[in-house]
Amino acid sequence: MASSNGGAPAPAQFPPPVDPQGEFIKRGLDPEDELIEVGIAIVGGGTAGLAAANRLLQLLADDEELLESLGEVPVAVIEKAKTCGGHNLSGAVMRPGPLQELFPELSREDWRAEGFAFGAVDKEAVYLLPSARKALKIPTPPPFKNHGNEVISVAALARYQQRVAEEAGAYVLTETAATQLIVEDGAVVGVRSGDKGRGKEGQELRNFEPGTDVKAKFTVLAEGCWGHLTGAAIREFDLADGREPQVWELGVKEVWRVPKPLDRLIHTIGPWPLKLKAKYGQIGGTWLYPMKDSKTGDDLVSIGFVVDLEYADATTSAHDLLQQFKLHPLVREILEGGERVSWGAKALPAGGWWSMPKLTMPGALLAGDSAGMVDTVALKGVHHSLLSGKLAGEAIYAALKRGDSSVESYEEAVSDSLIGKELYAVRNTRQPFQKGFLRGGPLVNLMILTRGRFPGGRWRWHRNDEKPMFIGDTKDGYPKPDGKYTFDKLSSVYITHNATRDDAPNHIRVRKRVPREVAETWAWMCPAGVYEIPDDAPSHGSVEVIVNYTNCVQCGAITAKGGRLTTPEGGDGPLYQNT
Amino acid sequence: MSGILAYALHYEGAFNKNSLGGVSEAAKLAGELGCEAHAVVIGDVSDELAATLGNYGVTKVFRAKDAPEGLAQPVVDVMAKVMDSNGHDYALFGGGLLGFEIGAGLAARLNAGVTMEVTQVNVADGKLTAERPIHGDSSISISSYKDRGIIIGRLNAFETAAPSDVVAEVQDVDVELSEASTRLTMVQRGEQRGEDIDIEGANILVAGGRGLGKPEGFELCEALADALGGAVAATRAVVDAGWYPYSTQIGQTGKTVSPKLYLAAGISGAIQHKVGFQSSENIVAINKDSNAPIFEYTDLGIVGDLNKILPKLTEAVKAKKG
Amino acid sequence: MKICVLVKEVPDAAVEKRINPSTGRMDRSGERNLNPYDTHAIEAAMQVREGGEVEVDEIVAVTMGPGTAVRALHKAVSLGADRSVHLADDALAGSDVVATGYALAKVLERESPDLVLLGQQSDDGECYTIGAVVADYLKMPSLTQVIKMDVTTGKLRCERQAEYGYDTVEIQLPAVISVGDAINEPRYPSLKAIMGAKKKPLDAVGIGDVGIEGDRVGEAGSKVVCGDFKAPPQKAAGEIIEDEDTNETVEKIIAWLDERKLLS
Repeated sequence: MASSNGGAPAPAQFPPPVDPQGEFIKRGLDPEDELIEVGIAIVGGGTAGLAAANRLLQLLADDEELLESLGEVPVAVIEKAKTCGGHNLSGAVMRPGPLQELFPELSREDWRAEGFAFGAVDKEAVYLLPSARKALKIPTPPPFKNHGNEVISVAALARYQQRVAEEAGAYVLTETAATQLIVEDGAVVGVRSGDKGRGKEGQELRNFEPGTDVKAKFTVLAEGCWGHLTGAAIREFDLADGREPQVWELGVKEVWRVPKPLDRLIHTIGPWPLKLKAKYGQIGGTWLYPMKDSKTGDDLVSIGFVVDLEYADATTSAHDLLQQFKLHPLVREILEGGERVSWGAKALPAGGWWSMPKLTMPGALLAGDSAGMVDTVALKGVHHSLLSGKLAGEAIYAALKRGDSSVESYEEAVSDSLIGKELYAVRNTRQPFQKGFLRGGPLVNLMILTRGRFPGGRWRWHRNDEKPMFIGDTKDGYPKPDGKYTFDKLSSVYITHNATRDDAPNHIRVRKRVPREVAETWAWMCPAGVYEIPDDAPSHGSVEVIVNYTNCVQCGAITAKGGRLTTPEGGDGPLYQNT
Repeated sequence: MSGILAYALHYEGAFNKNSLGGVSEAAKLAGELGCEAHAVVIGDVSDELAATLGNYGVTKVFRAKDAPEGLAQPVVDVMAKVMDSNGHDYALFGGGLLGFEIGAGLAARLNAGVTMEVTQVNVADGKLTAERPIHGDSSISISSYKDRGIIIGRLNAFETAAPSDVVAEVQDVDVELSEASTRLTMVQRGEQRGEDIDIEGANILVAGGRGLGKPEGFELCEALADALGGAVAATRAVVDAGWYPYSTQIGQTGKTVSPKLYLAAGISGAIQHKVGFQSSENIVAINKDSNAPIFEYTDLGIVGDLNKILPKLTEAVKAKKG
Repeated sequence: MKICVLVKEVPDAAVEKRINPSTGRMDRSGERNLNPYDTHAIEAAMQVREGGEVEVDEIVAVTMGPGTAVRALHKAVSLGADRSVHLADDALAGSDVVATGYALAKVLERESPDLVLLGQQSDDGECYTIGAVVADYLKMPSLTQVIKMDVTTGKLRCERQAEYGYDTVEIQLPAVISVGDAINEPRYPSLKAIMGAKKKPLDAVGIGDVGIEGDRVGEAGSKVVCGDFKAPPQKAAGEIIEDEDTNETVEKIIAWLDERKLLS
């Protein structure tokens, strides 16, 4: 296989046709009679956004006067999926603290009865996989100690949080995208909802309905990993000044119904099936989490593969690596005889402490994955999302009480909290892997042991899209899908119940004509098979990329590697149930 | 246990094929129950034509000469009267749009139970039970009736019997139409519209996908469909690419079909397409890739070049049919 | 003119529908949404109002269902209905098609509409039937599979799909019309309409309020007994032919088709 490392193109050299500040910032509000006024607008009905709504409404429940002053719609949550949770996906093993703090009246049993939690972690194991057949159990490294944590589904948790928020008086506007941030006199004054009823070329169809300006006293941006408005806000308000660039990882997950319950939590930290040689730039790992569904009595297993989007081999495909991983005897033993019930994919922010932007700007703040609060060493972000949402709710309540518009206290509250402490401790832990698994490994371990103090300093991140790509041979290891145990991308997208209008406009921005290496990067990377190279395209040089955007499951990986995901029409995309 | 009444829709001098299936099924079940099967026809049906329903096993045909054709409610009036006067316990419809409408109205009129999209009817303890698929064909639900039962079959569910020489007795019935029935007037019936291709009703479908290579590839499908007496359908990929009209699209966002024969040429069988045709009676596929997922659903799969096979197959079909 | 639109809340097409193995009944958890066909019915009502041929005083959305069915009513209202009626009562649980149609007819009787519109089928499997049942109880003329509807004072001119092509039928009002999805392209509700929906009047009624006889509804009042479930028949594995000699292959295909009487 020809590897073209010399002069290998990087996706960043072919930026997508998009101008975030120009397109996604609206300068000024529509006239009073055309807009909708709400108290607080929360963009994103996921873990963080709903936690902000939940907490704020808890505080307002005891403050009749303040609640009334916010008008008819004190809190509006704007969510682009059909229902909250529809676009949410995570492992997940969650530290219980923040959720317990948010809903103190709920016990762990209550969590399971509500259907979003699946059991406390008892036994656990971490394996090194030296080859396709071997697994070496190693003593559990500190970040992987999960005893007492709870296996949950964020898709199900969001649904629960949505119900609670609605009962407490929030208006949850599902099937609604927030396409623009409205800025007036240097402050965020609200957001604009997306148009509906545009055709393939963006033209207005017969049932076209334009979006509406939503004016709010405060806006919470909790859009998750690819933060559409967050990206624009960061540029507008220089929130990334002095920070490391954000980097991402891509996770592909399946949920299986299994005949015999899995008795322990499992993580594997490679290297198989990833390539060890530094030139491939592949870092990643997997998980297998047992899930006991209290409602149906089913024994389920959550299995996932996460890979840093740092890699250089264009044929790296998280979806196919997951299928390959399933062939390992360790996994076969667990899944054999079972049935796949879910599939999904999602990117996650991996930059950690040094990449976190400034969290506040006039009139708005960032919460959750939008702000990059994931501890990628321990693979934990859900409890941070919940906590940041809760802190956001409290900061906004305090500001409303004071009658001023400053939520600066939120920034300090986050860094003083568990979020700050945990992320600071692992601030340098992943970066050494940029040197490769072997060279970086020992440094990573040192960083873990010394909580970032040795070798210490501030380790830099290189942007994912600046990596020169070559067409390698990782793909040679992928199994041919058999449709029963291993699956192709299209059948997988199908079970996400991806309901996207056939003639919807294209929400993905990429350069159409790019070098073969870049096109292959996208085609292999995308878990949903959105990017295709025509059969008759040349094997070297420039190719024309086909974009099957209706397959898109909103994972966000393309934004990391040379494109830009924007909001689809509200209601489009997957409908995750238990991911 | 005093009889089954089957509805027979006719148009331009011939009975609808689904009706013949329903009539045959009624006769078969009546045989098992030890009772008689009768049929009912509406409007201007000649004695000879009406009597031919006997070829499929019914002993008597009730004819309401003066009732308007093509509308459901007058048929409800007729069938309700016939069933009340003659004591039929079951009414059976062979599937089809009118059948659903009549069956439902009849169930309301008689305060009976109705089951639709039935794929199989069984006899148990001297009574009929009906099976129908639910949840996208992943499970079968079985219904029984406390009293009289109205059974409406799924399209093509009931097999038409080989006709015998036996003719049925034709009996005219006079029916006073209900007031509601008099307030409908058929202005024009059965207008054909060229641009709308109705693939849902087709018995045989030849479907083309990206494997055809180019839009002109559909000419091969059209020729074969023509020879077989069927219609042409398409996958979403080629409809999106503009090779064939949306009205022929089969699959998740297009139509769902269950023809007697579904022949897929150059289609890989991605699951979104598969759900559209999976309940077809006979599935045949031609694809040059032996690993194409479609071969998991076929009754007959041919691994080969459709450009070579289709034209020869078309010629052979024409020759066979003479 | 008063138009009533019958709407139904159905499980979202996306939700995995399965039989709960321990209870044998359908697992009804998961998202529920307004039946997509009903959005066409509401749109049809709106187009009658906006068309100007007749004056439409009120568009009322009516549903029969459990507590969660109010969401379907909110959606209907956000799409343009002026108010809604929710028929809910424990006595209705387990009603079959005829019992449901009867119950809805009683609610409609109280409303006295000139036109009743509904989607011709629902995503959870019922096909072209409720309209006919309701019409029979109301003693109104009805038509289903309607893909075009023109209203003038006192009557309708409809086009509908039937076995042999398209029929054009004239109907005197009051009437019950079940519409197909080809009839129109439903509008998207504006954010204002969505948020304002909860404020529109919602009338919650039980069987006593509308004169429904308890012994004609529910499981006891239904004439169909949905008993067992069984797995669908397993499809036998298919045959595969590798084409080497095309003439031979074609011969085999012809024989195969002929065996199954597909060449007659």
